[in-house]
Amino acid sequence: MIWLVAIGVAAGVLGGLLGVGGGVLFVPGLVIVVGLTQHQAEGTSLLAIVPVALVGALSQDRYGNVRRGDALLVGVLSIAGVAGGVALANALSGAALRVAFAALILLIAAQLVRRALREDGRGEGRETGRESKSADPQRREQP
Amino acid sequence: MAAEGGSGRAPKLIAIGTAAGLFSGLFGVGGGTVIVPLLVFWLGYGEREATGTSLAAIVCIAGFAAAVQGAYGNVHVVDGLLVGVPAVGGVLLGTWLQQRMHVRVIALLFAAVLVASAVELLAQ
Repeated sequence: MIWLVAIGVAAGVLGGLLGVGGGVLFVPGLVIVVGLTQHQAEGTSLLAIVPVALVGALSQDRYGNVRRGDALLVGVLSIAGVAGGVALANALSGAALRVAFAALILLIAAQLVRRALREDGRGEGRETGRESKSADPQRREQP
Repeated sequence: MAAEGGSGRAPKLIAIGTAAGLFSGLFGVGGGTVIVPLLVFWLGYGEREATGTSLAAIVCIAGFAAAVQGAYGNVHVVDGLLVGVPAVGGVLLGTWLQQRMHVRVIALLFAAVLVASAVELLAQ
């Protein structure tokens, strides 16, 4: 039980810090630490995501960052895709699904590294102009 | 404020919902990895509103997907709540920290954690 809470808190902190969804950590945590099968971990992760996304959406909405109509359309119209995706997951063996998931998190890791290097800016030299002008890369975040 | 209204928006939103649903259902994640870039590149969203709108859509998407996975018997409800509810506190802490520290090193460390997880999953 302690491990479940620890996974939740760790995934939450990292998600809040990096803007990466919790599921990317919930699933491997539930498989590796808790010992669920890949299928069980994915199903359980989906449930765990709901409160996280709900609180995140409410807090973003207060800043005016949620376009409610679009969000509702995307959310409600996802149902066919969801049904297909879950059916596909359940048609695959645990091993196949684990390999696919491992590939996914490797891609996300690569994306994080690329973004981190780009935010460094000067070190990369690829991002010219506006990027190199600001001494503090965080300044870009301000509206 | 991307003002390109009217035609083409609805089909794009349907496509984004379908793609995100597939992704979420297949991998057990929210689908923000798919939604955010599509809202930015297809519909001209800024990054912040893409993130906010994506989170709101994910409430629906993950809820649907959890229900469907539940029908397959794959949802451990108590485990899910024990992970998900504390994660809310974690996200609030992470968001607070983000304003106060450089996240580059953390991003790289996290990438390393993901690589290690991938290796572990592949080894199982």
